[in-house]
Amino acid sequence: MNSGAKRWLLVAVAAAMAVSYFSAQFNRYYLGIVIDIGINIILAVSLNLINGHTGQFSLGHAGFMAVGGYTAAKITLTMQTILPPWAHPLLFLVALLLGGGLAALAGLAVGVPTLRLRGDYLAIVTLGFGEIIRVFFQTTEAFGAATGLTGIPHWTTFAWAWSLAALTVFVVGCLVSSTYGRGFLAVHDDEVAAGAMGINPVRYKVTAFVIGAFFAGIAGGLYAHHKQFLSPGGFDFMKSIDIVVMVILGGMGRTAGVIVAAVLLTLLPEVLRGFADYRMIIYSLLIIVLMIARPQGLFAFRRQRN
Amino acid sequence: MTEVFQQLINGLALGAIYGLIALGYTMVYGVLRFINFAHGDVFMLGAFAGYFFAPAVNRFLPAQSYLGGALVLIASMAVCALIGMVIEFLAYRPLRNRPKLTVLITAIGVSLLIEYTCQHAAVFGAAPRKFPDLIPATTWHVGGLVIASTQVIVLVTTLSLLIALRFIVQKTKVGTAMRAVSFNEQAAVLMGVNLNRIISFTFGLGSALAAAGGILYAMNYSSIEPLMGVQTGLKAFVAAVVGGIGNLPGAALGGLILGIVETFAGGIPGLSNYRDGIAFAILILILLFRPSGLLGKPQIEKV
Repeated sequence: MNSGAKRWLLVAVAAAMAVSYFSAQFNRYYLGIVIDIGINIILAVSLNLINGHTGQFSLGHAGFMAVGGYTAAKITLTMQTILPPWAHPLLFLVALLLGGGLAALAGLAVGVPTLRLRGDYLAIVTLGFGEIIRVFFQTTEAFGAATGLTGIPHWTTFAWAWSLAALTVFVVGCLVSSTYGRGFLAVHDDEVAAGAMGINPVRYKVTAFVIGAFFAGIAGGLYAHHKQFLSPGGFDFMKSIDIVVMVILGGMGRTAGVIVAAVLLTLLPEVLRGFADYRMIIYSLLIIVLMIARPQGLFAFRRQRN
Repeated sequence: MTEVFQQLINGLALGAIYGLIALGYTMVYGVLRFINFAHGDVFMLGAFAGYFFAPAVNRFLPAQSYLGGALVLIASMAVCALIGMVIEFLAYRPLRNRPKLTVLITAIGVSLLIEYTCQHAAVFGAAPRKFPDLIPATTWHVGGLVIASTQVIVLVTTLSLLIALRFIVQKTKVGTAMRAVSFNEQAAVLMGVNLNRIISFTFGLGSALAAAGGILYAMNYSSIEPLMGVQTGLKAFVAAVVGGIGNLPGAALGGLILGIVETFAGGIPGLSNYRDGIAFAILILILLFRPSGLLGKPQIEKV
């Protein structure tokens, strides 16, 4: 399984680079949406590790994304004039990794104190952390405060977004199907029983938060260098909800479903653009109807364990 | 010193409003064990109901009279009670025995639906509107303190609503049934409690209080818009958790604490920018040291 998965990862990365080579031929608007999809896949798959596989309920994913985005943007903004142009891809990589690393630290900071909470309480605390992070960026002058950061270089190409999306799917997929990773599912199914079997729920929960936050941070960095503009308003509670809806729609803990949901939910607002006034009303109605009709997710066909 | 008292009065007025909204969260949590995310939007609808009732009432009563204000308040509370019951009937009742997460996401969906529908140009539109003065606007100067009549009204109304709520919950039959459902749903049903009716009543009661909160908020800040319930609703929910969710006096206490701390923080130059983050910081601290809130009872996990 593992060597097969590795081969798929290499194929995906190679394909992403090949497509990216011809990206100048594509319509810029469509290319932008396709990159959006890649970023959203990273966000949804990483949140799926926390909410789906491990069965926690985080409503603060946008906060981790903000940490990664602002860190990466700040690094490239200060360093790009110092470094020669040929070093820029390397700088971008370092910025993304540092953004992810800081987001992972934020994940650790959220994960450790909140271990004692579960269900609704955890949801609210993660929501609170997300809001605090947003308020922090909104008030810190170094990060542009309420106006945000502008003039971020446009470095996120198709290759970057989709290679990293493939990497996220690969890492999360391998992690969950590994012997170690079965622990996430055990914690999801029954925390007390998992504890009794010698699995440390605390450790698994923190690990899920840290890894999930790391990839959310990377996605934030990609987002910053795609939109070339960051404002704290873009990382509010609504953004977290968008990602949660992708995970729910795809079916919690089902990577393939979550990817399809991320694609559909990124396309949906674009398709509905003609009905601009009604599109968010349709979107929210869709959530309600879906939850009543297919709570297990659109793409979950086997019966889920209870 | 005067400034401290002044901030205390402002904080009490804000905290009373938070408390009124928090009561709705806590009551719904008590009977259904889920967070009604749409509650903040019912608060907003209450303010808008007041906005539309005020001119209607002015037709037969002089503008800015205490009686007229009371009529607007009661009419808006009734409308929102109905809205709350309809939301429960359409969105939450079909999900009664589903996992909590499903209901939570539905609640978020309902909240978004109300917000976006109200922002639509054909409904309220996204632009803020000026809330009419419902009562004679006067300010009293007491030993250097400035007290607005709206602040007094906020405190008096909140206090009377709290007393009324306490009476309903503790002394009436339906209140006893509410407490029974909250204590043990299955046993309550076996004792002949009509679950659907009680849950419906709880939503109505909570939504009426949120509407009262909306009107009082609008009277104090005089500007209303379709997204006014988002931040206020979240903070009121924080107040409910701080006080101990499911606990009625706790919700009122949490609201007061939050309102006072937030107002004081707003007055300190270095902290004022962080005003919106403070509620959540308090929440995290409380949950770390007292996970069941200030007045909540710790729940023992049974295997």
